[in-house]
Amino acid sequence: MAVGMPENIFLTKLDAAANWARSNSLWPMPFATACCGIELMATASSRHDIARFGAEVMRFSPRQCDLLIVAGRVVMKMLPVLQRIWQQMPEPKWCISMGACACTGGVFDTYAVVQGVDRFIPVDMYVPGCPPRPEQLIAAVIEMQAKITRTGTLDGREFAARTTPTGPQPFDVDELRRRREVTPVPGLEIYGQTPIRN
Amino acid sequence: MMTTMLTFDEINAKFGPEIKESSFRDNRRVHVPPAALFDVLGWLKNDRGFDMLVDVTAVDYLEYPGAVDRFNVVYMLLNMASKERLVVKTAVNPPELELPSAVSLWRGADWMEREVFDMFGITFAGHPDHRRILMPDEFTAFPLRKDYPCKGYGERHNFPVLTRAES
Repeated sequence: MAVGMPENIFLTKLDAAANWARSNSLWPMPFATACCGIELMATASSRHDIARFGAEVMRFSPRQCDLLIVAGRVVMKMLPVLQRIWQQMPEPKWCISMGACACTGGVFDTYAVVQGVDRFIPVDMYVPGCPPRPEQLIAAVIEMQAKITRTGTLDGREFAARTTPTGPQPFDVDELRRRREVTPVPGLEIYGQTPIRN
Repeated sequence: MMTTMLTFDEINAKFGPEIKESSFRDNRRVHVPPAALFDVLGWLKNDRGFDMLVDVTAVDYLEYPGAVDRFNVVYMLLNMASKERLVVKTAVNPPELELPSAVSLWRGADWMEREVFDMFGITFAGHPDHRRILMPDEFTAFPLRKDYPCKGYGERHNFPVLTRAES
């Protein structure tokens, strides 16, 4: 400590001070659409107690939140809602994609289910599992705190650099696979199946 | 209230020989052409006491062995007094996928007919609120048709992409 400075005074950067405050009081927005939501509730309850990490204030208004937790599969009808919720959240904000369905669509590879929310909204942290254990979600929150501490800035300028979408773009493999399924290609078998006839 | 069981002869005497009957285990089914459907349903409800419409659904028989018609629309009726059940089936084929709506007979047909329209594209003339019920309004395909691919035509990708810098 510098000579002549009174006790209990610390010198730091403004960015670091903001990161310290932000990372230890994350307010999650629970976007719980499926069984991951149950694990999310368990994470908040007494046994696992996400309050130990300062993230216990689940708000159902996106305007009061800074951490979007997408817990569960998102269908076509729900995605515009999810995007609006994301846009309603004030800066700075982060997003955790929780579970196999939110990350990739999981087992629901059907016409109505979005194959990973990272294709349409930015995602900071992925939690694998079907559904993930509460410990995994807590690990993600801790990792999120570390990321905020490491990269965060007071005015959020680290976000401005993220101009490319988080998810796979522009769906090359998906589109190819789907078109092959619809239009039969002579002599080309996809996954050993015969293509659908019209 | 009618207590005698409905007989096939009774339907045939009233609506003519084009109405066929079949059965599977203890399910009795009548096969009705679309033109006669509303009259048959109305007679079954008003004169024969089938006061409950249990279900309206449809079946796509594309590539089904031995099938001659593309779609069958299935009405499941229940007589609450006599506990008698009856299945009414109607065959519809493209391009004329239209049936008379049964909402004026049973109010419960409302959402079930909307579901059949949403999933199979069969329209119901006279329906008071003819919209999709499950899929988004801007959806254009009919997902439960057998010629619709399981992964769709790319509708699930048809959304704007938000990047972190712009949102």
